Amino acid sequence: MSYVTYVFQTVFGYSREKAEKLMMDVHHKGKAVVSNGAREEMERDVQILHSYGLWATVQRDSA
Amino acid sequence: MSTGFASARDGGVVAEFDPAEVSILRSLVEMLLGIVEPGETGDDPLERALGIGSGTSRLPADPVLARLFPSAYEDEEQATEFRRYTEASLRDAKRADAQTMLDTADSGRVELSPEQAQAWMRSLNDVRLALGTRLEVTEEIHDEIAEMSEDDPRYPAFVTYDWLTYLQDTLVRALW
Repeated sequence: MSYVTYVFQTVFGYSREKAEKLMMDVHHKGKAVVSNGAREEMERDVQILHSYGLWATVQRDSA
Repeated sequence: MSTGFASARDGGVVAEFDPAEVSILRSLVEMLLGIVEPGETGDDPLERALGIGSGTSRLPADPVLARLFPSAYEDEEQATEFRRYTEASLRDAKRADAQTMLDTADSGRVELSPEQAQAWMRSLNDVRLALGTRLEVTEEIHDEIAEMSEDDPRYPAFVTYDWLTYLQDTLVRALW
C-alpha cells in the first residue's frame, strides 16, 4: 500500500526504506510499532495517524 | 476509465475524469458527509474553543464509523478520554477534506494544489475505508472480483472500491 508508506514518511519523516518496511510489517503482522516516546507525543502521533485514516493505538512499552 | 493522477507544476497534481467517474466520486463523498456528522463539543465555551467533546463519546456502533474513528487505547476509559479530546476536531477535519473534494471534483481536467491533493488523498482513503468496511473486503479482493459474475449485485461496488484504490495509488505516486 503506497498510501501507508507515504503517510509514515510524511508524518514521521522516515526514509522510504524504513517506511516501506513498517508498511510491510503492518501488512503481514497486522501491526507495527511506528513511533515511541512520551505519552503526550504518542497521543499526538495517534491523532495525526487517525486523521489519515490509519488505525493507530497508544500502548505502554512492554520492553 | 481515468488514467489517474499525474504530477503537475508547483507540487500539485492533475487528472482527467469523465462525467460517470465524477458522479461516482461525488455520491461517495456525499455519503461520507452524511455519516460523519460535525464534531459536537460541550456547552462550556472553553471546551468548545478547544474542540473538547461532551465526554459521553464511545466507540461508534456502526462498523464504518468505528473504523473512521477508532479507539486509541485498548482500555475503554482511556479510549473515551482520548476520544473526548480528539473526535470533534477529527470529524471536522474529515468533513473539510470531503468538502474540498466536492468543491474540486469536476468532469474533464482537474488540477489540484498540494493542499487540495492532500485533502483528496485523505478523503479518498476515508471513502475507501467506508466502502471497504460495508463490503467487508479482504486482501483477496482481486481474486474475488475475477471470480464474481458481472450480474452479482455486489459487482459494481467491488469494482468501484478497486478503482478508488487505484486512484489513490496514482495520487500518492504523483505526490511522492
